[in-house]
Amino acid sequence: MSAELNLPAQQPRQASMAKFLKSHMRDYGMLISLLAIVAFFQYVTDGTLLQPLNLTNLVLQNSYIVIMALGMLLVIVAGHIDLSVGSIVGFIGALAAILMVQFHWHFIPTAIVSLIAGAAIGAAQGYWVAYFRIPSFIVTLAGMLVFRGLSLALLAGQSVGPFPVEFQRLSSGFIPDFFGTTGFHTTTLVLCLLTPAILIGFSIAARIRRHRFAIEQEPLVLFLLKSAGLFAVVAYVGWLLSTYKGLPNVLIIMALLIGVYAFVTRDTTIGRRIYALGGNEKAAKLSGIDTRRLSFYTFVNMGVLAALAGLIFAARLNTATPKAGVSFELDVIAACFIGGASASGGVGRVTGAVIGAFIMGVMNNGMSILGIGIDWQQVIKGLVLLAAVCFDVYNKGKA
Amino acid sequence: MDSILEMRGITKTFPGVKALDNVNLSVREGEIHALIGENGAGKSTLMKVLSGVYPHGTYEGEIRFRGQPVAFRGIADSEKLGIIIIHQELALVPLLSITENLFLGNEQAKRGRIDWVAATARARELLRMVGLTDSPETLITDIGVGKQQLVEIAKALSKQVKLLILDEPTASLNESDSDALLALLLRFKEQGISSILISHKLNEIAKVADRVTILRDGTTVETLDCHDAPISQDRIIKGMVGRDLADRYPRRTSNPGDILFEVKGWNADHPIHTGRRVVKDIDLHVRRGEVVGIAGLMGAGRTEFAMSLFGRSYGRNIRGKAFLGGREIDVSTIRRAMDNGLAYATEDRKHYGLVLDNDIRHNVTLANLDGVAKRGVIHHEREIEVANDFRRRLRIRCSDVFQQTVNLSGGNQQKVVLSKWLFADPQVLILDEPTRGIDVGAKYEIYTIVNQLVAEGRGVILISSELPELLGVADRIYVMNEGALVAEMPAAEASQEKIMHAIMSSASKATAARAAVAAAARESLQ
Repeated sequence: MSAELNLPAQQPRQASMAKFLKSHMRDYGMLISLLAIVAFFQYVTDGTLLQPLNLTNLVLQNSYIVIMALGMLLVIVAGHIDLSVGSIVGFIGALAAILMVQFHWHFIPTAIVSLIAGAAIGAAQGYWVAYFRIPSFIVTLAGMLVFRGLSLALLAGQSVGPFPVEFQRLSSGFIPDFFGTTGFHTTTLVLCLLTPAILIGFSIAARIRRHRFAIEQEPLVLFLLKSAGLFAVVAYVGWLLSTYKGLPNVLIIMALLIGVYAFVTRDTTIGRRIYALGGNEKAAKLSGIDTRRLSFYTFVNMGVLAALAGLIFAARLNTATPKAGVSFELDVIAACFIGGASASGGVGRVTGAVIGAFIMGVMNNGMSILGIGIDWQQVIKGLVLLAAVCFDVYNKGKA
Repeated sequence: MDSILEMRGITKTFPGVKALDNVNLSVREGEIHALIGENGAGKSTLMKVLSGVYPHGTYEGEIRFRGQPVAFRGIADSEKLGIIIIHQELALVPLLSITENLFLGNEQAKRGRIDWVAATARARELLRMVGLTDSPETLITDIGVGKQQLVEIAKALSKQVKLLILDEPTASLNESDSDALLALLLRFKEQGISSILISHKLNEIAKVADRVTILRDGTTVETLDCHDAPISQDRIIKGMVGRDLADRYPRRTSNPGDILFEVKGWNADHPIHTGRRVVKDIDLHVRRGEVVGIAGLMGAGRTEFAMSLFGRSYGRNIRGKAFLGGREIDVSTIRRAMDNGLAYATEDRKHYGLVLDNDIRHNVTLANLDGVAKRGVIHHEREIEVANDFRRRLRIRCSDVFQQTVNLSGGNQQKVVLSKWLFADPQVLILDEPTRGIDVGAKYEIYTIVNQLVAEGRGVILISSELPELLGVADRIYVMNEGALVAEMPAAEASQEKIMHAIMSSASKATAARAAVAAAARESLQ
């Protein structure tokens, strides 16, 4: 009896592995590419890539790109683009430097003012895009010039620094170790074991709920493989980092932000509305969604994240230079597109953009270790971007 | 008289629909042949077969042009023989000059270099032939629709036209422009150019046509010779609409209650052409449990009215009042209109109705996300339940609710749009051409849904160009023409003939009024 009753409920969940893999090829493909790229560079650099010191550097170097990619993903999903983020990084860095170095502000009010300034810049640009329907490409191209110019003006063409030590910690600091073991950062390892365990716990809960509602889901084998993989990777990274200085502060900020944005895009009405707006603005509007306000806020959000990235970058260099952030926008946008976002809007995922950013980051880092010149690095990165998007288009055509 | 064109036994099927069924059309050398029929009767499809838009092999039947059998692979082939079609939506590039448009794709060039002097001279000559005195340098965007139409015809002349096909050429023209155009057709006739004229305006047809072929439901009804005996409008209307209504509409005992929704003095202007009123003084009401139909030809302003009402999503300078249950409601934004119980399901489901890249589930909940969310966080399982529920109730045919809507058939897409609005739980649902382009079975199911809605005490406004549908589904019918409501009748007393008469007589009245104004203007000038 119970077997009979269960049968129809089982039906939808029994989607074959092949079918599931095919429809989620992109997601797995991204992850596998990243792992393959890491393995490749680990091999050709004779293990330098995953040395604790280098791994820490890798995180520090890419944190601001990842953080901006979160905002850029929303902008791109909404059907826009933001070319000004690199200049905002430079401008906010300059602003913070002036406040802290020349006016001797404490770093907390400086950070608050900087983030508000970022929001204001995003609002100023979003206003023209959302309410005046000026193409975002043009508005943010203008912003790119304006804020690059303003950072030059603020700094009077000079580098300004150094910063107070507390501010530098934003980028170069590590979380404290509560266990007090010497030579090994136990807190880091504990966090890196707990976090994946909690995440896996959540997904098991979700699986059970989906099972109860008889909703199709990832085949069990894949789920187990993925969970084991996630646990292994995070635990391994945690182990590596604990043998050095532990988790960088900025990694914590980044991880929290990734979690928040993944949640917002997947599980909230706001996230859903942004996808609808990018997928079909007219239909979204006729469904009662305030598309203009939504576009506006994606830019405000982008401005805040770019400001945060600006602070982190300045803290990392311990100086604000007029050149800070030049061409960051290209890395950020490339990360989103490599991560599967569609240039026409409506499609893209936070995890994709993060993986995209790390693919770029690992390649940058690995090629630098190998001593490949910046010239060829750019060529290779360009080709990878093109290949990733070609793969998308090919995939879509086949589906 | 010899035939210039013979189309015999043309049959064209689209997936699930037979658009043309054994249609015959014969056009004589040097005549003006009118082609008429209701929306969806197959006129445009037939002309697309003729001009090669649907290439040889995608249809059955034979086409002979000047006695020779022809097999067009594309428009270029038919144009080479001098068959030129001018579509209702003009194919001109607005920001290019008249000359540039005239020779687009056919530039007056030697070895890739355009000879502008020769082109301009030839353009001036062509413009003279159609009676235009504007400079060939003028940009298309700077001349009116009437003149644009003439430029299209001049373009046809430049291609050595033998058979000119005009698809509702006067639909957007005013009286004097229409007259000029018809006079031009008569002049061409003297020069031996044959024309096929597709038109809804029977008075125009009476003025210029030599013969009339009537299409209905994809078949040829008859061909009438206007010279044998003067043809009355009644005669043509009867030919256009004479079909049975047997059991294509689910039965419903209509039991309208008190007035649920009312619109008073609704006006709206064209969004771009400032001051051009497209919705004029609409007064309308809907009772509880009532289906109210709005009949009218394409371009009558029905969609414009509905969209201007639904949160001002069309037009500007919108004036008027809306009432729900006797209380005035605010419909100034889409959100407010929805919160006040209105919903509008668009006629253009691909562009305005669905997020095609998204799956059924996301589309169904789009207009009422809060219905599956708590404090802004979506409850995914609840959302899937809702989608599955509508899938069952509306019999949406799909593999599961995670299927992208772009892969659904038209009828199923329409059901997703309906699901979206049903989930928003409106008091009054405006359905704009809900059955356009979908098959008979799906139509029946959609009528059933409409019946369920009114049985729950809601009101439905049904905009449709298919008169039988209005007669079969609505309780009461408003007739709209040129932006105004021109008649109102209970469906029981209505007939297709009555509705067509209401449209035609209002059109001729409006035409007469315009003529009077024009005459007065001329007099005052003299």
